[in-house]
Formats: sequence, structure tokens, C-alpha cells
Amino acid sequence: MAYDVNGTTVEHDEEGYITTLSEWSKELADIIAAAESVEMGEEHWAVVNFLRDYYEEYQIAPAVRVLIKSIKKSMGPEVGNNKYMYELFPYGPAKQACKIAGLPKPTGCV
Amino acid sequence: MSEVKKFLYVNRKAPYGTIYAQESLEVVLIGAAFDQDVSLAFLDDGVFQLTKGQDTKEIGLKNFSATYRALGDYEVTKLYVEKESLTERGLTLDDLQNIEYEDEDDDYAEKPSIRLVSRAEMADVMADQDVVLSF
Repeated sequence: MAYDVNGTTVEHDEEGYITTLSEWSKELADIIAAAESVEMGEEHWAVVNFLRDYYEEYQIAPAVRVLIKSIKKSMGPEVGNNKYMYELFPYGPAKQACKIAGLPKPTGCV
Repeated sequence: MSEVKKFLYVNRKAPYGTIYAQESLEVVLIGAAFDQDVSLAFLDDGVFQLTKGQDTKEIGLKNFSATYRALGDYEVTKLYVEKESLTERGLTLDDLQNIEYEDEDDDYAEKPSIRLVSRAEMADVMADQDVVLSF
């Protein structure tokens, strides 16, 4: 199973998470988002970028509770709340946003 | 909400020779979602898990040592390190990573998570728990 990015194939697992993290690109993020029926706006990108930075620093994708708390701190309570985050990513802000960000499924997600 | 129990995860092994260290950390992160009182203990070779400057390139394994610094985000803020285990291995507190948490009750002041304890104090920490899990 693979995504097609301008003719290059990027392998993913059965749930759509890419296999090789270094193969991620912004173009790929748009393709994964389209497959998930998510239209990427400025705030979607802010969350995706936050997740990538968090992974870079701590080598894990944060649990949804930790993600929302951190977004609240960095972007304010209008964005950093459960309701809004689920509007941005209906299938779960951690699960779905991590997929788009090219990260593994968050630890603790089943 | 049921009663909060005190959980202690005891780490005794070096980080990369076996899977124990990484598995322990994973269980801690998952368990942290259940709002229990979680502490970690590091003794014997387990103290090597917290050393700074780890480099796993040559052994082809993921360097998960950075993840200990994320524990504060998961409200895991008590990392007990046994003094004697450090000394026996020629290590001091300076050889360990700086791991901090933000204290919400103190205007998000950053405080150290690592607590150096003697062997006798470690015994008291263990005796004080409801559940002790060894890795």
C-alpha cells in the first residue's frame, strides 16, 4: 500500500501511517489529508507542525490530552480545546493529525 | 472515579541491551492516561537509562532517551534515582539528563523531576506504593 506523490511512491501501513518517517513532505501531507477528507487550513498546519516539532524533540507523538494542553498553551484556548480540535480533525486530533504529519500512531492509542 | 493508587515502575536494566527500558517507558506513558499517582525508580544499571548524550546510531536502535523529558507533560514528575547505583558506576547527577516539569500550582515554574535518594530511602519509597512493577 502506498501514496503517490508526483510519481514517487511512499509506503504506508494498513491504517495509512507512512512506514518511513523521512519520506514525509508537505505535498504528501496534502495527499494524506485529502484521503482523510480533511481540508488543510492554517490551523491544521499549525497542529501538524506542532506535532512534528514535538516528535523531533521527544521522539514520541503526544497523547491527545497532552496535545490539546500544549496547543492551548501555544495557540490559546480558542484553538486548544477538545471541541475545536475535533472539528479540525474529526477522527481524533492526535490519531488523524499524526497520520497527516507523517508520524507513528500516538503511544497509547488503540 | 475510583480511588487513586500509587504506581511505581522500577527500572534496573541498561537502556539498549534488552527491550525492558523502552517497554517500561511505553507502559508508563500509556498508564499515565489513567490518572494514577505514577513514579519511576532507577537503580542498578537502570540509572544508565537517564544518562545524557546517548547515541544509538551504530546499533541501529531508536534513541528514546529524549522521551524521558516528555514525562512532565504526562504529569509524571517523580523520578527516583538511587545514589549508590550511580556511585558504583562512577556516575553523578551531572551525567544525567536535565528532566523538568512545569508545576501548574506554582505558576508553571520549571522544577526538576529527578530526585536523588539513598538505598534506604528507596526502600521507603517502595514500601509506600500500592503497586510496584519491575522492568
